[in-house]
Amino acid sequence: MWALLTRDLRLAMRAGGGFGLGLAFFLLVAVLVPLGVGPEGGMLGRIAPGILWVGALLACLLSLDRIFALDFEDGSLDLLATSPMPLEAVVAVKAFAHWLVTGLPLTVAAPVLAVLLNLPVEGYGWLVLSLLLGTPALSVIGAFGAALVVGVKRGGLLLSLLVLPLYVPTLIFGAEAVKRGAAGQAVDVPLLLLAAITLGAGAMLPFAAAAAIRVNLR
Amino acid sequence: MMPDLGKYAFAVLASYGASLGLLMAVVALSVWQGRRVKRQLAEIEARAGERADG
Amino acid sequence: MSIWEYANPKKFMQTSAGVLPFVWGLAAACLGVGLVWGFFLTPDDFRQGSTVKIIYLHVPAAMMAINAWVMMLVTSLIWLVRRHHVSALAAKAAAPVGLTFTVIALVTGAFWGQPMWGTWWAWDPRLTSFLILTLFYLGYIALWQAVENPDTAADLTAVLCLVGSVFALLSRYAVLFWNQGLHQGASLSLDKEENVADVFWFPLLVCIAGFVLLFVALVLMRTRTEIRARRMAALLARERLA
Repeated sequence: MWALLTRDLRLAMRAGGGFGLGLAFFLLVAVLVPLGVGPEGGMLGRIAPGILWVGALLACLLSLDRIFALDFEDGSLDLLATSPMPLEAVVAVKAFAHWLVTGLPLTVAAPVLAVLLNLPVEGYGWLVLSLLLGTPALSVIGAFGAALVVGVKRGGLLLSLLVLPLYVPTLIFGAEAVKRGAAGQAVDVPLLLLAAITLGAGAMLPFAAAAAIRVNLR
Repeated sequence: MMPDLGKYAFAVLASYGASLGLLMAVVALSVWQGRRVKRQLAEIEARAGERADG
Repeated sequence: MSIWEYANPKKFMQTSAGVLPFVWGLAAACLGVGLVWGFFLTPDDFRQGSTVKIIYLHVPAAMMAINAWVMMLVTSLIWLVRRHHVSALAAKAAAPVGLTFTVIALVTGAFWGQPMWGTWWAWDPRLTSFLILTLFYLGYIALWQAVENPDTAADLTAVLCLVGSVFALLSRYAVLFWNQGLHQGASLSLDKEENVADVFWFPLLVCIAGFVLLFVALVLMRTRTEIRARRMAALLARERLA
């Protein structure tokens, strides 16, 4: 299990592994949005929670197809499926590795980009906390989507069509928590719901994803 | 015969037009696909039948 | 006599061929009567004016848009548990019909909202949920088309349907949390006092029956098409081998 995690991390870190790509994309979103909507600080501050969450979500989407596609092509997914480790655990570990190389850096980078977007001071803590709670759900849901399309050639676009609707609840609760936090309101309800989604997705979706992979390897 | 729709005529007529159009489209598409597949299947079955005979 | 008999494609083809003309006839009759009754013979609402006539399309379409997804969920489960091909193909056949109903509900809603709420679109919970439902239908249909092996496609779409149902339900409540809406409550409920008046209610019932029958007819016909397509693929494969 540990070996698989370190292997996945090493592969992601290597050139072309996609590490850093998501971060760069996130930065670009934070730069492009003010250029698009204008530099007026009050408005930017109001839309910053939503922009940062949507940016993080799209950045996460970028590297999803790498979770299983490379292993599927070179056959190591077959090996993993026949290894003593249950496929559900393989999925969970791979999703966790994906989170470590995308979700976690995005969470760390978010406060810096929030400065660019003029997020009110009260929002910073909630931004980091909500991303910390919510991005694991993005990775797990994404791993499920990637498992569905692993057998499809050039499935990237299909993957986004499948995964984005599944991201809706996470996005709503995440952005809502930051928005409320920035406005000085109580944030416990959206944060709890966000955590519930992450825990629920983490508990259930590896099974669905493993089922999808078994079908695709058949 | 035509009821007086008043100032909302556009909204009502557009709704009916769009809905009936969409329903018609999905029915037509289904019928067309059904006929095409049925025809092709008949051809292939005829071929399979010939081979079995000959 | 059990419904599992129809899991046999041959039996399904025989029975559906016999039933289909009646379902088509009844669907056409109900839709014709309901829509003509609703359009020509009902009075205007005192607040909504003639736009109330849109209800005869909007409510049945919205109901069937959700019911179609539920039907896909049930048939997907049957496929996953009992491996009946007809069931998987019925789910595949229902998706485009459900998508059409969803679009009709959205479009008629927009035409109604423009004069009534003063806007074509509002990010109201119900409207937003329907938009998200449209996305789910699109993803489901796209996955069917992308996967080549039919059994693999059936399995993957069934899993997607299950997971999608959970997330669609979650989205429904998330959206409710995100914005309290403009949309009025359910137009139809048996237990509430406040309901649509009888003049609108009866033609609406006929229209709902019409939409249900139309859905059944379309799904039966499209399932027949899918079964034939499957048989065709099997025959072609055998030809190539021979």
